[in-house]
Amino acid sequence: MKMFVAEITHLKKSFDGNEVLKDINIKLEKGQNLVILGRSGSGKSVLIKCMVGLLNPDFGSISLLGKDIAALSERDLNVLRKKIGFLFQSAALYDSMTVRENLEFPLHGSKEKTRKEIDALVMEMLKNVGLEDAIDKFPSELSGGMRKRIGLARALMLKPEIILYDEPTTGLDPITSREISNLILEVQKKYNAASVIITHDVECARITANHIVMIKDGYCAAEGTFQELSESTDDWIRSFFNQEK
Amino acid sequence: MTTIPVLPNHKLPVTNINHPRQSFMRLAGNFFTAITRLAAFNFKFFKEVLRPPYEFKVFIQQAFLVGNKSLPLISITGFIMGLVLTIQSRPTLAEFGAVSWLPGLVSVSMIREMGPVITALIFAGKVGSGIGAELASMKVTEQIDAMEVSGVNPFKYIVVTRVLATTLMLPVLVIFADTVSLWGAYIGVNLQGNVNIHLYFLQVFATLKFADVVPAIIKTFLFGYAIGIIGCYKGFNANSGTEGVGAAANSSVVYGSLAVFLIDMVAVQLTSLFT
Repeated sequence: MKMFVAEITHLKKSFDGNEVLKDINIKLEKGQNLVILGRSGSGKSVLIKCMVGLLNPDFGSISLLGKDIAALSERDLNVLRKKIGFLFQSAALYDSMTVRENLEFPLHGSKEKTRKEIDALVMEMLKNVGLEDAIDKFPSELSGGMRKRIGLARALMLKPEIILYDEPTTGLDPITSREISNLILEVQKKYNAASVIITHDVECARITANHIVMIKDGYCAAEGTFQELSESTDDWIRSFFNQEK
Repeated sequence: MTTIPVLPNHKLPVTNINHPRQSFMRLAGNFFTAITRLAAFNFKFFKEVLRPPYEFKVFIQQAFLVGNKSLPLISITGFIMGLVLTIQSRPTLAEFGAVSWLPGLVSVSMIREMGPVITALIFAGKVGSGIGAELASMKVTEQIDAMEVSGVNPFKYIVVTRVLATTLMLPVLVIFADTVSLWGAYIGVNLQGNVNIHLYFLQVFATLKFADVVPAIIKTFLFGYAIGIIGCYKGFNANSGTEGVGAAANSSVVYGSLAVFLIDMVAVQLTSLFT
């Protein structure tokens, strides 16, 4: 029996009368990499921001790890957020903090771990992304790809059950993009975390996706595996996948 | 009777935008919206400041940064204020043969009004703009969102600590600036005269009353609070893009300085009622 860690039902979201998401229905299985594919401005980022409560949906429900996020108090939502990792499009590293402090930040306020355990965890996460040497650097000293890797390391600090990636390869060269995509795959294998990967990068989708949902005009226009969608006869889907060929 | 359509600002018909009544309605609408939002922001501050967990470490760090950042500028300005005020006041007092009142006059002017207001204005320029720009930049680069998804309350972590730091550090800086300005005034007095340090400070403290010092210090807490909360509000609600960062920094200084004058005006009225 399939076990779902996230379920989105009839989600609607609009801004100033402009309906961005009209009816989104998505289910995420445990340990699955789900890629949300769509054109820029199709509301993909809005969707994952709704998932972590950064934006409130106008209609519909979002259930994460069995909890309806709309029904949670601020405190309970923060507890739930500790089980979810989020990699922002711009990595969103704290400029005033070093890489070490950035990685320690998700543990802020927690007294469960000793200093030694925190140091070991920071090193483990930096090793995961291959950037142990950057530990005392500031974000301004890092390249775009390195920032994304550190952002991923920070998202993994609490060993989340769900990881949300917002355009993980945007703004990176093809080689670094591939490296980040492979890293997402490694993370899935190592921590058995379910992931939602928002992207318009078909190559990233090819490497990472177990399942793909395509968003068009605020609706889930198509879904399937990479293989199924790339062989589709639909013009719109083909126009998306043929850009690679 | 003319009916004025109620539309969101961006939907106002272009042809009517300069109609005086509609322009006035739009301005009034924006003004009251901003006031309501600022009031809600203040209310949230008082709600969060009392609720644990307390970010004591971040508050200490911010208090150090805020004080340390402004100290050199405030020292220089305080010294110059005292010196210049003394030099400028001397000829007028000399006309009445009242040069001996110079230490008393300068100390009352500095402690009551010039020290707090000028220090607060410099503080608004230096610290208020810094807070506005920093928070706006954090907002634009999604750092505030990143805090929120980490399960950390960004309002408590960023806003409460900074506003507390500005509220408590400005009075300290004002006391320091007042002290430095009295030394500046001492040098000013001795540029064209010869008053020993003992006599100078004796005259200063003989002139100053409780009613000069305490209300002046109390109002600096309000100045510090206003500068901090306006900087945070502007930064926290900045529009996207680099333009938003610049606008937040700019409006933090403008509205922070305006708030200083408004609070000062009210404080002077209140003080005069009780003295």
